[in-house]
Amino acid sequence: MSPVLEQLAESFQSVTWEVSHGQDVARVPREDWEAFARAAEEAGFEVCLDVTAVDWMRQRPERFEVVACLLSMSHKLRLRMITTVGREEPSVPSLTPIWPGAGYAEREVWDMFGIRFEGHPDLTRILMPDDWEGHPLRKDFDVGSVPVQFKASHQVN
Amino acid sequence: MVDEKTRETLDIWVAGTEEPQFQPTDEGTQEFGLDETDARLDDQFGRVVSDDYVFDDEVADDERMVVNMGPQHPSTHGVLRLQLELEGEVIRRTKPIIGYLHTGMEKTAEQLTFSQGPTNVTRMDYLAPLHCELAFSLAVERLLDIEVPPRAQAIRVLMTELNRISSHLVALATNGMDIGALSMMIYGFRERESILAFFEKTTGLRMNHNYIRPGGVVVDLPPGWKDDVAAILVDMPQRLVQYDDLLKDNPIWLARTEGVGVISPEEAIAFSITGPALRATGVDWDLRKAFPYSGIEQYEFDVPVGENGDVYDRYRMRVDEITESLKIVEQVMDTMPKGDYRIGDAKITPPPRARIDESMEALIHHFKLFTEGFKVPEGETYMAVESPRGELGCYLVSDGQARPYRMHTRAPSFYNLQALPITMADSLVADTVATIASMDPVMGDVDR
Amino acid sequence: MATTAPGNLLMTTVERAANWARTRSMFPATFGLACCAIEMMATGAAHYDLARFGMEVFRASPRQADLMIVAGRVSQKMAPVLRQVYDQMPDPKWVISMGACASTGGMFNNYALVQGVDQVVPVDIYVPGCPPGPQSLMHGILTLHDKIMAGEIRV
Repeated sequence: MSPVLEQLAESFQSVTWEVSHGQDVARVPREDWEAFARAAEEAGFEVCLDVTAVDWMRQRPERFEVVACLLSMSHKLRLRMITTVGREEPSVPSLTPIWPGAGYAEREVWDMFGIRFEGHPDLTRILMPDDWEGHPLRKDFDVGSVPVQFKASHQVN
Repeated sequence: MVDEKTRETLDIWVAGTEEPQFQPTDEGTQEFGLDETDARLDDQFGRVVSDDYVFDDEVADDERMVVNMGPQHPSTHGVLRLQLELEGEVIRRTKPIIGYLHTGMEKTAEQLTFSQGPTNVTRMDYLAPLHCELAFSLAVERLLDIEVPPRAQAIRVLMTELNRISSHLVALATNGMDIGALSMMIYGFRERESILAFFEKTTGLRMNHNYIRPGGVVVDLPPGWKDDVAAILVDMPQRLVQYDDLLKDNPIWLARTEGVGVISPEEAIAFSITGPALRATGVDWDLRKAFPYSGIEQYEFDVPVGENGDVYDRYRMRVDEITESLKIVEQVMDTMPKGDYRIGDAKITPPPRARIDESMEALIHHFKLFTEGFKVPEGETYMAVESPRGELGCYLVSDGQARPYRMHTRAPSFYNLQALPITMADSLVADTVATIASMDPVMGDVDR
Repeated sequence: MATTAPGNLLMTTVERAANWARTRSMFPATFGLACCAIEMMATGAAHYDLARFGMEVFRASPRQADLMIVAGRVSQKMAPVLRQVYDQMPDPKWVISMGACASTGGMFNNYALVQGVDQVVPVDIYVPGCPPGPQSLMHGILTLHDKIMAGEIRV
């Protein structure tokens, strides 16, 4: 593990580190999410590339996983931070005070999964219409396909 | 006049002669339930401005006016809607509203197998479809822990670099047309035709190729491909000279693009902007150099970096990147290794069609691969490529089944749009068009 | 009384003359949404020239257009906008649904897309393809011209 990450590991004892197919992943408990993010930003992770979520439904004790992908241009490092939130009123501190670039991504996670981000300046629906009900990417939201109709067309001899 | 025979062969339905078999049904129609007087829909219809434009009566300036631009607009590069708060001709605030092209691709990806995945992903960034397919395929291959053969990697590099050229040509064409240089549109699409003809010969389609799949590429390059690529390499530099004659020192172009839409490096990094827009601000960051993929480190090329971060610099980035991509294409053409165009693992890639008639095993493998698909071990990964718009990444989670559990694409245009409110504050309405065109958003990427 | 007209005189019906004028100068409205829009732009570009049919002027304002080529996938959020643009076009107007997503929802049979733009606007011609090449789109446009000239689409 690179020295930058080792330093982060020392400061946060509650974080578990793993290497997933050659990439560093930090599993951060929800209470330390914002503090760890600030520490990572100070350690040199200037860019928050992406914030997304996974709905594990009943397979895991906590239903949702929130994933943030970080990039350090100066150290040429990638880091993934993952935290878990439960199904009742899921909410996570927002990363926008640290990286404004996470703004749209968090709105998308709210829209698609229903996970709130505390401290987000504008947490509204971004991809679906404003009056849409439900959160489409949750596993209990049906894909919404319609039965395909085949019209009997004019037969060619 | 359309005669009976033509009507039959072309199956044209003629008004007033309904076939008795076809009766229109309501099966499969969708409920819309749009109540046009619903206040929540005012936002979409543009009648009332959305939440953050609450007018405070004491503070509100009589001079300010809110104008809606798009989603149907010739210059917003697809279905992007901007709400502009104008004071005269100067923009004070702007809010981009997206979602008009949301296709539910991430939900669809959970219904498709891993080899059907590229058909879905390729329609995201429809100007650089091969890059989307490459990001997805690299993520699947990472989860499978396999390496594709060198020839497959070289073919991938060849196709993606040609795709970068064709995507930048569209960007230059629309950039020119939006600012007023209409001939640029004609030139850009003319050059694109020769590249699309090569793609059609190789992959079967002009766009949305579904060519790069997990395991390699679908078919080998056609015989005589070197002549086609050589013809492109001979033509393009002369055309680039033509573009430079039209735009580079043109006083109107300079007046409309220099100093317009400036982004500083700190803003670009804070807003997760990547790609030519980031390099135009002076930050030297290209994934092909920093985290190389698919064997691209063997080829020599430079990464153009700008200075001012304005529209002119972003335009120069794209022209210079076309030149660099031509260099890479030439090197790939000269050093294309022989070998397999896809990995030999029968559990992942389908057998050649001829083998299906001969071998029972091949038939069974073909059947299993195209009905059930190959299973990918549990895990999660994130793989990114440098698309013409920036870092295009694919976050893939698998739970051991034949379909992804979660597929998320990190779309570069989604993040590049976040810079628009910052760049457009206190600029003129006429500069809006230039700025959006130079950020080159592809709404399929933004909304997925 | 002379039964043959002199050589410099054309005789026709008002319907035929009107149909001829309508087909030879149909202005498309810009309604390019997704990948099909790029192929529509390629059809209007130099290689597959739409200008030879009088159609290279893509009018931005629907008030000045008579043909709406719905090029691309129509999402739930876009459907009201599509209807509004269609309503703003003056008669006579025609709609070509270009591509699989516009005709039937295409490969995206899910919650986000309108499964066929004919649920929102009446369509005259469906052009299949994903995306349809410029030649397919032109075949669709020329079929529309033929149908109008033949008087089969009553406006």
